[in-house]
Amino acid sequence: MDYNPKGFIKGLCSKGERLDGRKLDEYRNITVELGVSSRSAEGSARVRIGDTEVVAGVKLSADKPYPDRPDEGTIIVNVELLPLASPDFESGPPSIDAIGLSRVVDRGIRESKALNFNKLVIEKGEKVWMVFIDIYPLNNAGNIADAASLAAMAALQDAVFPKYDKKTELVTYEKTTKKLPIERVPISTTILKIGDKLLVDPTVEEEYVADASLMVSTLEKNQVCAMQKHGREPLSINEVDAIVTLSLNKRDILKNALENAR
Amino acid sequence: MTYTKRNDGRRFDELRPMEAKVGVIKRADGSAMFKIGSTIAYASVYGPRALHPTFMRNPEHGLLRCNYNMMAFSGSGDRVRPGPSRRSKEISQVTKNALEPVLDLTNYPNMVVDIFVELLQTDAGTRCAGICAAAMALADAGFSMKDMVSAVSVGLVGDKVVVDLDKEEEDYEDGSVDIPVAMTHRHKKITLLQLDGIIPEKQLQEALKKAEEACESIHKVQRKAMLEGYKHGL
Repeated sequence: MDYNPKGFIKGLCSKGERLDGRKLDEYRNITVELGVSSRSAEGSARVRIGDTEVVAGVKLSADKPYPDRPDEGTIIVNVELLPLASPDFESGPPSIDAIGLSRVVDRGIRESKALNFNKLVIEKGEKVWMVFIDIYPLNNAGNIADAASLAAMAALQDAVFPKYDKKTELVTYEKTTKKLPIERVPISTTILKIGDKLLVDPTVEEEYVADASLMVSTLEKNQVCAMQKHGREPLSINEVDAIVTLSLNKRDILKNALENAR
Repeated sequence: MTYTKRNDGRRFDELRPMEAKVGVIKRADGSAMFKIGSTIAYASVYGPRALHPTFMRNPEHGLLRCNYNMMAFSGSGDRVRPGPSRRSKEISQVTKNALEPVLDLTNYPNMVVDIFVELLQTDAGTRCAGICAAAMALADAGFSMKDMVSAVSVGLVGDKVVVDLDKEEEDYEDGSVDIPVAMTHRHKKITLLQLDGIIPEKQLQEALKKAEEACESIHKVQRKAMLEGYKHGL
């Protein structure tokens, strides 16, 4: 018999089937847990999608604003693909995949105006809050992108401002009860194209054989706030339309997991 | 001057509550989580696998490589800058030294065994928690080990010998001494020993005695977690 895992996965897919028995548009079980690093971080969360596990933490620091934006704080998103989480991740400086993922998660939050940057000002032109969102996969069983975005939002929702001492101009890291100014909840879904089929929530094996993928961040009322295409194969306009529709349809599954966070 | 009561109400020789679990990272060859108080360490093991860069290969035995890292949000003060620091490199090195004596790597010429330790949350004792997790992860990966390794930090807070210092005790205003110790279970050999501060000989002897007893308790937790992990077979 011809042993061809790539062809096998593609073959299954063309029949609308998957290795783990899921439907093409079916997510694995999603859970969100808050406060996993509550002693250290201002906000933290753990997201599990099947065996995939990602943790995210929020740290705040007070700093000078960008000269062209004196009345805005900002976010800094950093994803590290720890070699702890997968034999495919290597030690060393951030890989292009890690940087790419950081930027996509950043964009989803920044461009959706999920966080009101104007409400992150301590003293106009002098001091603003810098919100660091650090994201780490603990186990990569595929679809780290969706898990990372969801973990980032969950950690932001969990976060509270630390105390700022106006006299010394230092953050004391004592926690207040004041939540961050979250105004919207962007949700990211990554849709893969394998052959002429589209599928959600890929496993690592499916990611290997994918022709292309499109990550779509969505908001309420069928709005899209960020996109990023990956992979070598092109997509047609019809395919993009179908992917966006599918993303919007899947939004609630991830959003519910976020709302049911414990 | 005198330290009369621990801030969390523990006895001076009492460890913080512990939790341990193996097999927490499915993609790894072996993995474990070890939690002591608020300090949470994850460890995963990969290998034996091909060693790169190749000039590091040794035809006589495999190489053990350790990497200790604190997640950026895991510190109690400012964000920890990602990437290796002098501190994390030193801890990686002493972690490797703490674990190497219980392994026999002569069966893996030219190969490497990688251990990655990540701290999710910290409240002192991170290198010891990392070593406890890493030792369990090695066992979980199925390496034949000569012995199990457990680690704890003991020391002096004010004038008292204490076991398992937390951050507040490490930062005690009248001074503290921190002595991280790793010990093998059956042979009672010390594989990690560091000391920070000024301590009289007598109290150092007492502290090491306490470390041995504490490692015994930690070993029980590790052993239980490992048995638990294989309760339903592989």
